[in-house]
Amino acid sequence: MEYLECLKYSPSKYFRHSKLKALINVNDIIMKQKKVIVIGGGISGMESSTYLTSMGYDVVLIEQKDKLGGKLLKWEKLFPTMSMGKDVVNFLNKGIDLAQVKVELNAKIINAVKEGNIFKINLDDGRVFESDAVLVTTGYDVFDARKKEEYGYGIYDNVITSAELEEKFLSGNDILTNSGKVPKKVGFVHCVGSRDEKVGNVYCSKVCCVTAVKQAIEIKEKIPGVDAYCFYMDLRMFGMHFEALYKQAQEKWAVNFIRGRLSEACENMDGSIMVKVEDTLAGKPLRMNVDLLVLMVGIVPSVGTKTIGKMMGLNFGPNGFFKSLDQHSMTTVSNVPGVFFAGCCVAPRTINNVFVDARAAALMTSSYLEGYDIEKRIQEK
Amino acid sequence: MKNFGYSINKDRQIDLDKSDQRIALFVKQHEPSINICISCGTCTATCSAGNYTNLNLRKLILSVKRGDIIETKAEISKCMFCGKCLLACPRGVNTRNVILKINQAIEKFSL
Amino acid sequence: MNFHPFVIPFSIGFIVLIFILLYKYFSLFYRLDHQDKSKIYKGVFSLKFFKAIKEVFLESLLHRKIFRVNPLLGYMHTSLAFGWFLIIIGGTVESKVHSHMALKMPYDPVFFNFFNTDLSMYRWANEFNFIMDFLLLIVLSGVCLAFVKRFYSKAFGMKKTSVLKPFDKIALYTLWLIFPLRFFAESFSAGLYNNGGFLTGTAGVFFSSFLPLKNLLVPTWWAYSISLGAFFVALPFSRYMHIPTEIFLIFLRNFGVKTDKIFSSFTELEVLSCPRCGICLDKCQLLKSAEISDTQNVYFLQSLRNKQLNENNTFDCLLCGRCQEFCPVGINLNNIRISQRKHFFPENNNFEYLQPIAIATPKASVIYFAGCMTHLTPTIKLAMTGIFEAAGVDYLFLDKDSSICCGRPLMIAGEYTKANELIEKNKKAIIESGAKTLVTSCPICYKMFNEDYDLNIEVLHHTQYLLQLTEKQIIKINKTNKKVVYHDPCELGRGSGIFNEPRELISHLADISKIKEEKEEALCCGGSLGSVNLSFNKRNNIRKDVLSVLQEGNPDLIITACPLCKKTLQNGANTEVKDIAELVMQNIQNQ
Ligand SMILES: Cc1cc2nc3c(=O)[nH]c(=O)nc-3n(C[C@H](O)[C@H](O)[C@H](O)COP(=O)(O)OP(=O)(O)OC[C@H]3O[C@@H](n4cnc5c(N)ncnc54)[C@H](O)[C@@H]3O)c2cc1C
Ligand code: SF4
Ligand code: SF4
Ligand code: SF4
Ligand code: SF4
Ligand code: SF4
Repeated sequence: MEYLECLKYSPSKYFRHSKLKALINVNDIIMKQKKVIVIGGGISGMESSTYLTSMGYDVVLIEQKDKLGGKLLKWEKLFPTMSMGKDVVNFLNKGIDLAQVKVELNAKIINAVKEGNIFKINLDDGRVFESDAVLVTTGYDVFDARKKEEYGYGIYDNVITSAELEEKFLSGNDILTNSGKVPKKVGFVHCVGSRDEKVGNVYCSKVCCVTAVKQAIEIKEKIPGVDAYCFYMDLRMFGMHFEALYKQAQEKWAVNFIRGRLSEACENMDGSIMVKVEDTLAGKPLRMNVDLLVLMVGIVPSVGTKTIGKMMGLNFGPNGFFKSLDQHSMTTVSNVPGVFFAGCCVAPRTINNVFVDARAAALMTSSYLEGYDIEKRIQEK
Repeated sequence: MKNFGYSINKDRQIDLDKSDQRIALFVKQHEPSINICISCGTCTATCSAGNYTNLNLRKLILSVKRGDIIETKAEISKCMFCGKCLLACPRGVNTRNVILKINQAIEKFSL
Repeated sequence: MNFHPFVIPFSIGFIVLIFILLYKYFSLFYRLDHQDKSKIYKGVFSLKFFKAIKEVFLESLLHRKIFRVNPLLGYMHTSLAFGWFLIIIGGTVESKVHSHMALKMPYDPVFFNFFNTDLSMYRWANEFNFIMDFLLLIVLSGVCLAFVKRFYSKAFGMKKTSVLKPFDKIALYTLWLIFPLRFFAESFSAGLYNNGGFLTGTAGVFFSSFLPLKNLLVPTWWAYSISLGAFFVALPFSRYMHIPTEIFLIFLRNFGVKTDKIFSSFTELEVLSCPRCGICLDKCQLLKSAEISDTQNVYFLQSLRNKQLNENNTFDCLLCGRCQEFCPVGINLNNIRISQRKHFFPENNNFEYLQPIAIATPKASVIYFAGCMTHLTPTIKLAMTGIFEAAGVDYLFLDKDSSICCGRPLMIAGEYTKANELIEKNKKAIIESGAKTLVTSCPICYKMFNEDYDLNIEVLHHTQYLLQLTEKQIIKINKTNKKVVYHDPCELGRGSGIFNEPRELISHLADISKIKEEKEEALCCGGSLGSVNLSFNKRNNIRKDVLSVLQEGNPDLIITACPLCKKTLQNGANTEVKDIAELVMQNIQNQ
């Protein structure tokens, strides 16, 4: 009886009690189970739908690709711990399985609108999903390095992006230059497409400094005798253990750090790359050849983030990511009541932060569905 | 301590309190984008004149800010005004106007 | 001899005007350099003289160019200038025909209707009356329009009418008064003596019905004469000085005198010839996109005349040349501005470090000079070297590893003497190679090599060179089905007159569609080195507006022919931006 008493106030809260589920079919008796649609099946989408389903909501996770996991699927080892990316993917998938989240893969959303308090999401196969709340977790894309023509990506064969290097690591193959040689020198260029007014991205992408350090270590691990050079403007080792990883790179792996931003790269006859940079600490221009040049591409709002945001009338901040209702206290809350967001569609983030964010967004979504006025505490300015 | 009017250690440190900020103030007033330089060195790396001589715009901007008039004067005259640094600067510093303003300040204060 | 005291103000004004003009023009002429003077001596006795007369007629009187840009404004100028001119001619002929006096004073035709009251005895009196009235009507309509323009400039499609100085005011108000007063004076005479044409005659009858014309007659003619005299005296010190000056200018220009980067007395003449029509205002992107409204040449020339040059205005102009292209007087606005920049550019440069540098120049038939900016757009230089190789050309990549700037950025910033040191260095290397052709990818370098290097070899921008290769079938290219638009770089298009070669070359490669503002009207990408102090944000705003024009028809590609334009546009475009050379290289068939 105690259970039924509770249901008056918050029906969905107690769904997870199997005891209750056995007792009655609440759907039939009291009111319909609240529905949530989660758009985007990366880390943030997977984790939040796992929690929302476990909390008793009827959740559909919509992913455009044929697999859940998002960008994480392509990373072999993760900073700062060097743990395996696939372990995290497994952890996420286990959550989805245990909670029995309904997942729609290969789904293309062609429209998303709010009618009254109900959201309607149309897919290109004609199906329409309805829900009481939407959680947007459409993530990021990596910066298109061709826009920085002077670095030669897409022009010179031995200029690749950090994301491509991760894929090479993941493939397990040897790391070779385009012509099949073992590289002797590898350069890492920080801030490609980040902190650059000229390409319109003024912000720091946060993950690429430490990724460069991580990848430099991995290169040293995989290719004995290789020299690694990081060309940086600032080394942003903000997270727990990041500085230790940096120190390890110096101490154990003798990675070279050169403070200066590349102005341009040229290809030599043998396919190696000549970089032009100023060694700002030595105060002199510096030229050197590397066999492989890795561009640490920044994080930009994904195409999905832009299109879904436009369909649903969400506000964008000056950098093109979703704009939170408040930068401190409402990071997962959008301008449209009932729409929430999490992960890298809001700002560049590391995986641990994405997990925290996803769970926080699940809590916000639930609070909204239970009738808690989440905007009540916001003061008029 | 007795002040002899000179110090033996003069060149060993930048004395920002006593540094000559005239050029810096003039440039900051007329081309404030000198303030947003992050000393990344892209301008120096790309510099056309830098291929032949030790013109270093990043350092030059720093010399101005630190009040090193001698260094500033020695370097500024080598610029070809080609504008490569303007195109390359990730911060949108208006480099050519910074250079022009430094030149004007040198003339204005007869440095 | 006809005389009345009221002719005195007119006569004094007239004489003062003639003397001042003579003095001014003579001193201008005197200060011209030797070369220019000899050009003039030769010009006076050549066909050029008649060409100049024709141009004076078309531009100073008919204002053909203003008509083309803005018909209403054109009509206003024409009705005033040409109408007045015809009144003078008509009056002179009229007084000649009717005259029986030996001595003629210059004021006779002006005050003809006062002195000649009984017209019945003259031949063609009615015809003359009709013509003169008709002309007066035309001029009056022009005055009305000028009046309206002053107060409602928007009606003329202009955002802003220029600000006036005291002498300008005197000249303007007297000019407004001259023709209405003439109308009243002639009408009163006509009313009193029962003559006049359809306008003054009718008005005369009308006025006589309720005005004491007898008492008003002489004061009105006095007023007319005073307004004329005052206008003449104010004219040389006011903006209306442009009227006689433009005529002088047209003659000199036809004789081949022009403004270079150095301020000469001919430049002064150009500065004085600006009638402040304001056409340059509306053409300027700084006004539309960058919220700068005091740099445009109508104001710049004004501050130059008033010796109140402002440094910001001198340097923020992009030197895009759009205003110059449409300036009805054809003033060489860019060079005038460049000539002023040196006042603010301390001559501090020192390129001694270049002295010991020897640029190795092996022999080659073609020299390729990529240009500083092209090193930041490697696809362009790779495309060019790829094409040279595919075409089997014996070429030398002069600035492959390091470049000495062509000198143009420095020159247009005002430092032309020091720019010459850069010129000499590059020139030596070019000549030593023995090449017959110089190809460059940068329109800035192109213009410089072409105009200021005095190279005795063929200088080509790569658009021209690649078109030659294609037409001579040295390279074969495939046509794609891409829909493209072409962005004219300022220095290549308006700056060097190369509009067609790139378009023709593109037509071998893709379908080129027209855009709103192209060729002579093409917009500047915002990246121009012509401006020294324009802020990054303002440049971005200019770029944004250009891109909206370029991307309007959703093209597959934006094609340009300048590394600076490419880089500038690329950073803000949703559409892919390519240099013409890249497109050629992508579709080349040669092995
Ligand atoms: C090179 C590189 C290495 C990195 N390495 C690490 C590391 O070692 N450690 C670490 O902590 N962080 C790392 N990161 C950061 C990490 O990748 C991100 O924090 C994390 O992937 C963000 O997850 P997300 O779910 O927010 O976004 P995403 O992973 O981008 O997921 C978004 C998902 O939404 C889907 N989607 C998008 N639009 C739509 C749509 N319209 N309809 C349906 N689905 C849609 C996408 O297909 C995708 O599956 C790295 C980043 C980079 C660039
Ligand atoms: S994290 Fe480092 S590399 Fe990435 S944008 Fe920030 S400073 Fe640049
Ligand atoms: S403008 Fe001057 S400082 Fe800048 S790249 Fe050219 S030569 Fe160097
Ligand atoms: S490129 Fe710009 S930000 Fe970098 S050092 Fe030069 S002026 Fe400063
Ligand atoms: S400069 Fe030319 S366009 Fe501008 S106001 Fe003068 S005459 Fe007209
Ligand atoms: S050259 Fe261009 S920027 Fe300069 S005033 Fe004329 S239109 Fe404006």
